[in-house]
Amino acid sequence: MATATLNQITTAADHRAATAVIRVQDVHKYYELGETKVHALRGINLEIEPGEFVAVMGSSGSGKSTFMNLLGCLDKPSSGRYFLEGTDVSQLDKKTLAGVRNRKLGFVFQGFNLLARTTATENVELPSLYAQLPKEERRERARKALEMVGLADRMEHFPAQLSGGQQQRVAIARALVNRPSILLADEPTGNLDSRTSVEIMQIFQDLNGQGLTLVLVTHEQDIAQFAKRIVVFRDGRIRRDEVVKNRPRAADVLFELPAQDD
Amino acid sequence: MEFTATLKIALRALSRNKMRSILTMLGIVIGVGAVIATVGVGQGAQQKVQEQIAAMGTNLIYVSSGSVNRGGTRLGIGATKSLVYDDMTAIVREVPLIASAAPGASATSQVVFQNQNWSTRINGTEPQFFTIRDWSFAAGSSFTEDDVTHAANLAVIGDTVRQNLFQSANPLGQTIRIGNLPFQVVGVLSAKGQSGMGADQDDGVYIPITTLQKKITGQNWLQNIVASAVSQPASYAAQGQITSLLRDRHRIRAGQDDDFQVRNLADVAQLADQQSQVMTMLLASIAGVSLIVGGIGIMNIMLVSVTERTREIGIRVAIGATEQDVQWQFLSESVVLSLLGGAAGILVGAGASLIITKLLGWAILISPTAIVAAVVFSMAVGVFFGYYPARKAARLDPIEALRFE
Repeated sequence: MATATLNQITTAADHRAATAVIRVQDVHKYYELGETKVHALRGINLEIEPGEFVAVMGSSGSGKSTFMNLLGCLDKPSSGRYFLEGTDVSQLDKKTLAGVRNRKLGFVFQGFNLLARTTATENVELPSLYAQLPKEERRERARKALEMVGLADRMEHFPAQLSGGQQQRVAIARALVNRPSILLADEPTGNLDSRTSVEIMQIFQDLNGQGLTLVLVTHEQDIAQFAKRIVVFRDGRIRRDEVVKNRPRAADVLFELPAQDD
Repeated sequence: MEFTATLKIALRALSRNKMRSILTMLGIVIGVGAVIATVGVGQGAQQKVQEQIAAMGTNLIYVSSGSVNRGGTRLGIGATKSLVYDDMTAIVREVPLIASAAPGASATSQVVFQNQNWSTRINGTEPQFFTIRDWSFAAGSSFTEDDVTHAANLAVIGDTVRQNLFQSANPLGQTIRIGNLPFQVVGVLSAKGQSGMGADQDDGVYIPITTLQKKITGQNWLQNIVASAVSQPASYAAQGQITSLLRDRHRIRAGQDDDFQVRNLADVAQLADQQSQVMTMLLASIAGVSLIVGGIGIMNIMLVSVTERTREIGIRVAIGATEQDVQWQFLSESVVLSLLGGAAGILVGAGASLIITKLLGWAILISPTAIVAAVVFSMAVGVFFGYYPARKAARLDPIEALRFE
């Protein structure tokens, strides 16, 4: 496994490989845009252990979105390998990848991406529908997931009847409904005000406290602070990878924030 | 994904754009409606033709004196004198598939009643002729076999003749003049209208064959023999048997042309039937074209829908929908569209053919085959024209789709 070109970090990581949720080895990604070849990722090595809460940061063009798409199995690396729970998913066919996205990954997006004119419960049920779970089980799981994000009283509401923060919580419930190994959040607070952003981070911290592994893409330093570890991308490479010291608890921050007028 | 869930999603997606869905369906409604209506009307016409043929007589075989070759000149039908009364009795006696037969000879003559006169065909025959042809009497009855034996001056007149000679007066018992001879009217035939070929079937006078031969034409040969087979399928075999019997009786050697003609009205019926079938098919296929146009409408709307819902597709793929799931979702939408359109089209088509057949006074015929075909066809249209948009949706790159505004 370890070759001469692999650096110290990956060699040290090898004995933990069996337990890592995510293990990315020397991943490159190129795009052909007409004549020009865009080198979006230039050799990424990263491991994420169960129960970690990682914030991925970087300016636009740093490769962090491309990296998230790879982690989310929405895209395949041009070279290198990606192990999800020990399985090399970089070479799986489309149908199997759809199953991986469905069962092992949960997605939360910046724009919430709920289906309009579809109730909160039905939105949350959707992944379990594709997992072909029986109807009663789907209902039950959707109910529990919505309770977990504090929306027990909004189950039959349509997205248009919910605030941005509530919509994002529905999206989180949807991401959790199939009990994934990891939750991927792409700028989840990008469309929210600062108080609601912290509320969302509180939910993430709670979920992480219950053992869920989280990867969060953000460009806001104060949001990234709520994670346990920050990975900074720049020009397709990892520039910094550090543990967050003096991590604030979102609940405390929320307590200190001035209450909203409405 | 399970079938009911897919169907529910499809119905919900369609109900979001009700007006658009209805307009799209309209193409299929018109297409299916047109097919059902044309097939219905066509079959009504077909039945009408069959009724007319049935009016010509059931299981009818028509023997006419035929062409003869005289030194290289072939004369037409009726040119020979070889068909005689004994041929008819021989046919009845020796061809078991023949139930009954009647002789026929005719002359054209002026018929006079008081100050009215009318030129018509004078047909000599026997009483069973009316049974064979299945002609009914509006008044009176036929002359009898006894009357034939005695060459009585009795006449049965067709409705056209009655109109021209008697107008509204009662013709029964009245004396008309055919040529110079007085005839008593004993029967009036019911009006039959035009034959399938357009000839007036009511323009004729029927008298005993003996009277015609002895008193009017002075000829002892027949122009035709009308026979009925025991059943319609038997008429083909009977036709062959009559041919060989008559060849025998007329001493025609192998290789020589017949001096008579045997026609089976089943052939004529079949021909007419085929013609109306071809007509129906032609109309239905023109109507079918509109179904294809309707299908293109569905394809168009589905393509618009796929573009509009690119983001939705991206979300679904991101949370675990397979290509197949997405494809089924869009395909089921187009099939639901076309099937709903097909169902409405059946109602519209049935209604239209009901009205048309009523206006034309035909029997109402809504063919179950056409309905089944319409359902199957509209479903096929849904699948065919929905496949490409659905494929397009399934093939979308989820990353691009999620970025789509």
